[in-house]
Amino acid sequence: MGTTAGRATEQPGEEDRRGAFSSRRVFILAAIGSAVGLGNIWRFPYVAYENGGGAFLLPYLVALLTAGIPFLLLDYAIGHRHRGSAPLSFARMRRGTEGLGWWQVGICFVIAVYYAAVIAWALRYTFFSLDLAWGADPEGFFFGEFLQAGDVQVTADVVPGVLVPLALVWLLVLVVMALGVQRGIGVTSLAVIPVLVLAFAALVVQAVLLPGAGAGLDALFAPDWSALTSASVWAAAFGQIFFSLSVGFGIMITYASYVHRREDMVGSGLVVGFSNSAFELLAGIGVFAALGFMAQANGVAVDEVASGGIGLAFVAFPAIISEAPAGTLLGVLFFGSLVVAGLTSLISVLEVVISAVRDKLDTSRRTATLAVVVPAAVLSLVLFSTTSGIYVLDVVDHFVNQYGILVVALVSMLVVAWVVRALPGLGAHLNVHGRPRVGTGWRLLTGVVAPASLAVVLVLALREDFAAPYEDHPTWLLLVLGWGLVVALPVLGFLLARLPWRAGTHLDGPPPGSDPAEPLHAAPATDPAPQTRHDEGGRA
Amino acid sequence: MSADAIVLMVVAMAVIWGGLAVAVASLLRHGAVEDRTEDLRRDR
Repeated sequence: MGTTAGRATEQPGEEDRRGAFSSRRVFILAAIGSAVGLGNIWRFPYVAYENGGGAFLLPYLVALLTAGIPFLLLDYAIGHRHRGSAPLSFARMRRGTEGLGWWQVGICFVIAVYYAAVIAWALRYTFFSLDLAWGADPEGFFFGEFLQAGDVQVTADVVPGVLVPLALVWLLVLVVMALGVQRGIGVTSLAVIPVLVLAFAALVVQAVLLPGAGAGLDALFAPDWSALTSASVWAAAFGQIFFSLSVGFGIMITYASYVHRREDMVGSGLVVGFSNSAFELLAGIGVFAALGFMAQANGVAVDEVASGGIGLAFVAFPAIISEAPAGTLLGVLFFGSLVVAGLTSLISVLEVVISAVRDKLDTSRRTATLAVVVPAAVLSLVLFSTTSGIYVLDVVDHFVNQYGILVVALVSMLVVAWVVRALPGLGAHLNVHGRPRVGTGWRLLTGVVAPASLAVVLVLALREDFAAPYEDHPTWLLLVLGWGLVVALPVLGFLLARLPWRAGTHLDGPPPGSDPAEPLHAAPATDPAPQTRHDEGGRA
Repeated sequence: MSADAIVLMVVAMAVIWGGLAVAVASLLRHGAVEDRTEDLRRDR
């Protein structure tokens, strides 16, 4: 029996305390909601277009099958076997690795703080679509009238047009998170993911019927086979799969810990992985069909209008919406999809933090939610509802999203595979109820292929950033909010790991009663010592 | 659209959406077997 951080071992009501998804369907929808985010809509189409068009799909599929899905299954196995948040799961795997979990928690907290701002912009633009508020100059409107972006510096000049929707986003998220794992995250996912798919499918149908759509799709899918000999194209494919699947920074560990212990995690992982790519492909078709229309309307080539990220969403798409027939509908569908996709992803990164706080401290769901969401909301409002918000967001997103996630994922994977040597045990756990079975191939992919590919992505990104300052931003901004944050998060993570766990936390190995091979309703093998109980909905 | 682009778009859709369909079917079939096995255990 493993050691505990108190006198008792795992409690029989642990699932009640932590919360759980009511069914496999709810878990899969929540995981899809987490994976399908803004990057699927505004990143994938441009990355594919820039890296060989149709030919990019080959390295993309190779990356999905050899790194994305194997890594996703690794996260699932860690969370499902150890039945805890990222820090607790790592601590149960080996005590000294708990800091990796807190490092992931820190990254999620930072991402939540700025991700909410982009959702707030999309929310505002959903309503701007009704009267085409950006007029004839979408770019000038976005940076000038809407964001009121000034010089590159940190200011306290509040922009009410951003502040109000951002506050609304945080309020909505606060309610969802306070409701708990099933009533909050689960029910939200059940309700909005089908709506997201239907709304985006309607957008794609409308976009492909626009004049010029064929030219856009031709630009996206026409293959440049010579791209396949370029290492940067392969790195772009692995990077896209990795960033898109929400692997390596605690989300899938946390969500998997809420799944019934006798569930097929391999089959669920395959469904989530392919769903994410299916949505990306749909997004690529919709976005490039619309860009083809814009190119034809302006009498230019598609490469002159193709863009990604914020430029695509808040500059190019408003221009398309202004010129397209039934443009208002297109706008509401596009920005509404961004809001929904962003919200379900935001919920998942916040859950990583809330779950870790609840596991570490003896606190109710509502208390933990308030302790996490309120500071995140305040930081978000202070940093991103000002005239300097766009610059801060750009720098933090680039460094934390790129290096923070990449490095923690790479280190975690190497530690799990080569230091703890946990892959055989995790594979055996997946195989108890999982089909198809994972074996030596999966261990080779997660222990060698996926880390090696991530290392290449990391080196290529570093080379680019060392060659020239990112976006020519001031050095102090890059050092403080960029590299500074990237370095501070692991330090903070390993400091947090030194704090004691709540009394009664089982820490060595998977908790008793978590073995999926054991029959259901088996008598608990542990001392059911009394303990303050906090149900997942927050009832203490 | 060029023929190359059309072929690649169709192949990509077939592979990714086909893969999703196979994954869903496999999960449902395997899940159903698991459920029946569990029911039998409980009946005993």
